[in-house]
Parts: sequence; structure tokens; C-alpha cells
Amino acid sequence: MEISCLPISASHRAKLLSAGYTTLSSLSSVSPPQLSRDLNVALQEAVDILKVSSESCRVEVQDGAVEFCKGAQTAWDMLSEEQALRHISTGSGDLDSILGGGIHCKEVTEIGGVPGIGKTQLGIQLAINVQIPYDFGGLGGKAIYIDTEGSFMAERAYQIAEASILDTFDNFGCQLKEIPEKLKAESFLANIFYFRICSYTEQIALINYLDQFLVEHKDVKIVIIDSVTFHFRQDFDDLALRTRVLGGMSQKLMNLAKKFSLSVVLMNQVTTKFTEGSFHLTLALGDSWSHSCTNRVILYWNGNDRYAYLDKSPYLRPASVHFSVTGKGIRDATSQCKRVRMM
Amino acid sequence: MANKLISQMGLPLPIANVFAARSIITAKDALSIPESDLMALLDLGRDQVASAVARISEITCPPYQTVLSLMEDRRTSGCHGGRLPTLLKGLDEALGGGIPPGLLTELVGPSGIGKTQFCLKLSLIAALPTCYGGLNGRVIYIDTESKFSSRRIIEIGENSFPQIFQTEGMAQEMAGRIVVLRPASLSEFTQSLEKIKLSLIQREVNLLIIDSMAGLISGNPRENESCTRGSRQQPLGWTLSFLKSVAEFSRIPIVVTNQVRGQSTEAFHYPFEGLGGNDNVTSERLESHLVAALGIQWAHAVTIRLVLEAHSGQRYIKVAKSPYSPPLAFPFIVDSSGIVPLSDDGIELTGQEISTIRFQVQPI
Repeated sequence: MEISCLPISASHRAKLLSAGYTTLSSLSSVSPPQLSRDLNVALQEAVDILKVSSESCRVEVQDGAVEFCKGAQTAWDMLSEEQALRHISTGSGDLDSILGGGIHCKEVTEIGGVPGIGKTQLGIQLAINVQIPYDFGGLGGKAIYIDTEGSFMAERAYQIAEASILDTFDNFGCQLKEIPEKLKAESFLANIFYFRICSYTEQIALINYLDQFLVEHKDVKIVIIDSVTFHFRQDFDDLALRTRVLGGMSQKLMNLAKKFSLSVVLMNQVTTKFTEGSFHLTLALGDSWSHSCTNRVILYWNGNDRYAYLDKSPYLRPASVHFSVTGKGIRDATSQCKRVRMM
Repeated sequence: MANKLISQMGLPLPIANVFAARSIITAKDALSIPESDLMALLDLGRDQVASAVARISEITCPPYQTVLSLMEDRRTSGCHGGRLPTLLKGLDEALGGGIPPGLLTELVGPSGIGKTQFCLKLSLIAALPTCYGGLNGRVIYIDTESKFSSRRIIEIGENSFPQIFQTEGMAQEMAGRIVVLRPASLSEFTQSLEKIKLSLIQREVNLLIIDSMAGLISGNPRENESCTRGSRQQPLGWTLSFLKSVAEFSRIPIVVTNQVRGQSTEAFHYPFEGLGGNDNVTSERLESHLVAALGIQWAHAVTIRLVLEAHSGQRYIKVAKSPYSPPLAFPFIVDSSGIVPLSDDGIELTGQEISTIRFQVQPI
């Protein structure tokens, strides 16, 4: 690795090169006082430079497995980890099955669709379902809901929470009288942290801040951003800058997902694109953004029915499934529940 | 939040000076630049830039609330939680009490169906005292197509709420609470919006109506040299963000009306849908002639969309998009007391039928 790739400031880099240090190996044998004399910088700065260069490549030997570079993991370890993680149910058994059990942790999932198809409904359902206790097959975690469009309604979340709790108990055959206090709909609502974002600056600031927030709230298992597109579609004139900012944002989100073992769900809007002689629907934010998510699900209308299509996944094949949005939330298409009206 | 000054964020002084020297004054400037570019621009090390950006982000980030406290706040803010009842009983039930505050509600339909009549009735309801089910506040009505008729408002008032309007001076007071603005162009409109933003808190305004949005955006030959999609998005995009921030900031209901236009090509599909839906395509072409104007970006941005249409000799108001309500259609007629529902129970529509707009003229 060359000096030019080190994450140090430009003036330090220039001084290193002009003093004759062109490769990392030349830095490995020099002491801090000697470096500070050669570069004519303060001792502390020389210590920092040497620390940065030594972090950049290190060989560790652990438990008999040799790591070629810091942070690598064998494929077998990754498989065992993945199998130990649970999935977050979407509420519809059919949708869960094409997703391989549900929404995966440690991955970024993008959900897109036309207005009114049910993206916000799915987001609220996931924020509730992540809280289903571990004993009942869920993750028992908390949720962060980042609302950029203002379409979140607390009353609807309450409705979905009540229905989800009742369904979980039905599935496990418990009596209604046995529901403990912490499984009331109110406590589910208290475990969803809601942020309202009014500009793309706030969106970037929040994603940066989540690093710190998640350290303080370690039981958050899902971060939902509804929608990630809204502020980036109207306020940006410089599209090249937008691509770079989006790239940085998606990188940070992936890091958050891996570091805290949670799932990140992004809602995206739809736009039309002219390809092969006709207009097609496609997800917004452009081609570079479409590479940044691990999984992609597109919700669409097929006649009068709502369908979900798994468009991108590292190991599941593309598939479509019919689902419905009912008064209880997202459910399979065959369920006959009518919407319960709140009085 | 985005315009917070970096100089006031408590960064270490040398770092703050470097930011200022490179003209990075507000949080927006700093956060729009990726971190690697910032390092090169400011000539700082990685750790210094990371901690500066973390500090700026922490301060710029809005505070959080749990959804439970959100719901409790909504419950305590006024009767119906600050919602505006439409006095169409079935519709109010479907919407959870009425038109909710803090969101954009859109009324879309062909011309002559009753959108302006609905808006007039809503302004009256918002002006009424709370004992009669109103919001007891002022209404700002932005009329871009000169459709507002004060005579009609008084007529609606006299026929719907006779007991109030018989009282001496009440008609004057009610009509006095409705403020009408008539911007002639998009720039005048944005200027008036800026002024309104300031007076929203001071003057107890309870409702903002914009009738109609489409006329403003598409009817501006000077500002759009070529009426292509691209140039139309710019003013729309900005107006959208502004309206949403006004809604959020003032927590009042905002009602916007929209026009319809004919659809010349068939409905759009995703590439993976392939050619399997050929039969559907031809039938769609025959039936759905009308779509809402202003495009898909606008459709994403409004939270609640109420579609007004007419077919089979009957007019319907449909809840086409709402995070809370089932897809219901309510029949109505327009008479001297404004919009009158014909039945309180809605007809449940499945699938895309809820969003289609039909307009068949009634035979006289």
C-alpha cells in the first residue's frame, strides 16, 4: 500500500513524500522523534501518522486461524452467525417465505412501489413485529422509525400493534387474560423511536448520529427510513454530488447494519424511465443507488391485487407473491378480515 | 435545523476556524460534502474530520419521540385531535375523525365535480365555533383560478347551519374569518406562502386551502420555457417541500385541489412484469382515461388523496390513498347546502379501482 492511500491530511502526505517516505515499509522502522525531525512537525503529529500507517495493515494470529487482514472472517463463521440470527416477520406468511423467513438482520433491504401500495403500512408492521418477544418467535427488539414524508400515523400503529399481539397469542394458544403488562399495545408503541426529518441535511445528520444513538440503545433491531428518496428528489440540483452523498449514506447504513446486527429497511419511490423504446417504472434515485442495497422488494398492482416481487437477493431466487393490507396490517391474501374502525 | 451555524456548535476552536476559512458556515454546507472530500478540503486528519462531523450531526439531528408520546400528544391537542370534520359522517369515520392536521390532503377530480364546493364547505366548518363542531379559527383560502364565491359561501352557511346564520352579525363574522388570496403567478404564490408562514402562529389560522395546485404549476408560460417534464419538476419540487414543512411546522390541516388530465399511453409497468398482462393492458386503455395531474412525484408526496368522480349517474368521493383508512367510496350530491352525502356507509372497493377517475356526464 502506498502513502498516497493513507487517510491523513494532505499537508502531512506532501511532507512525507518530500522527506523520502514513499512506501509503508519505510515507515515501519522509524521512531516518532526521528519522524518528527524529518518532517518538521510536532511529536504528537508524528505519533498519529505512525499509528494510522500501522493500522492499515496488520497480521494477526488468532486461535490457529490466520487472518490475512484485520476484520476478515471465514465463510463458515459467517454461515453459523447467519443461522443463529432470526428474521423479522412481515405479517404475511407468503411474503415471509419468498424472503427466506422474513427481513434479515445485518442486511439492508429496499422496498419500493407506487404511491398507495402499502410501503408505509409494511414499515409500521415491521416496526411492530420486531418487538414480538423471543419466546414467541420474534426478536424482542426495539425499532427506529425515520419519517421523511410525514405519513406515519400513531393511531394506525396502535391498531396494528393490537392485532399483532392478538394474532401472536392465537398462534401460541394462550388465553387473553394472560397477557402481561409489557405486551400491551402501549408498550409496543413506547419501544418505537420516531424521528421526523424535514430536509436532506437532517437526514444525513441523523444517519451519522445513529452510530452514537445505537450504542446507547443496544436493543434496537430495525431501522426503517420512510422514505429515503423524498428529500433527495427535490432539493438537489447537482446530480453528481447527490450520487456521492447517497453513496456515503448507503455505506454508513450498511456499516450500521453489520456493526449492531440489526436490519435496515429503506422505502423508495417510483419514477418512469425510458428504455428500449418505451416507458417503464423503476425505483427512484438512479442506477448507482440501485447497487447499494443487499435486497430489493418491489410492491406492485396486478389487476386489483397487491403483489410483492423479490427483485434482488444474494441467495434467494426472484419470486412474486400476493399479499393484502387489512385493518390488522399486512396479511396473507387469503385472510378475510375486514378493517376494524376505530371509534 | 439545517441552517445551524457551525461557529455555535462548540467545536474545538482551531477546527471551527478551518471550517470558516473554507466558507463552510452552516450544517448543510458541512454535511453535503462526503468525508473524504472534507479531509482534502480542510487539510485535516481522518479522526479530526470524523469527530467534527459527528459533533455537527449530533446537534443538527432532530430530537426523537416514542410513538406512544406521539399518540398522546395528538389525543390531547383539541377535540378530534386537531382534525377538521367534513360533516360527511362516513368519510369522517373512515379518516378517524376528519381531515388530519400536519399533512397534505389532496382533492382530485374532473372539473365541475365539486372540488371547490367541498373546499368552500370546509372553510365554513373551520370558521364555525367549536360548539357547532367547527375549529373556531381563521381560514386562509388561496384561490388561483378565481373560483371563490362569497355569495355561495353565505348560501351554504344559511342552508347548512341555519341556527347560526339567522343570528345577527354571525354571517359577517364567519365570512370575516376566511381570508382569500389570489396570486396570479407561481412567484406571487411562493411569496404569499412565505408571508403566511410567519402569521400562522400569531393569528390562530386553523386551515389552509389551495385551490388549485395544478393551475399554478402548469399554467406558467414564462417560467417554463419548454413544458417538458424536467423543467416542471423544479418549481413543483420546491413548492412541495415548502408546503410539507409548513404543514409540519404549523400542525394545521392543508387541503390542496388538483386537476385531471387524459392519459395518452397505457399504464406503466415494471420490466419484470413482462408481456403476461396483455389483456389487462387493453382493458385499461379503454377505461382509465383520466389521471391526476402533476405526476407521480406529487402522488408520492401527498399523504391523503380523495378522488371525486362520477359514473353510473352518481358522484362519489373515494379515499384513494390514506395510511389509516380502508378504500371506501361514498356517494354524494351537490345542492344548496354544499356537498351532501347520500349514505353514511361507504362502498368498499378493492384494488386499483379506488384510484381510477371516471367522468360520465349525467343526462339532464
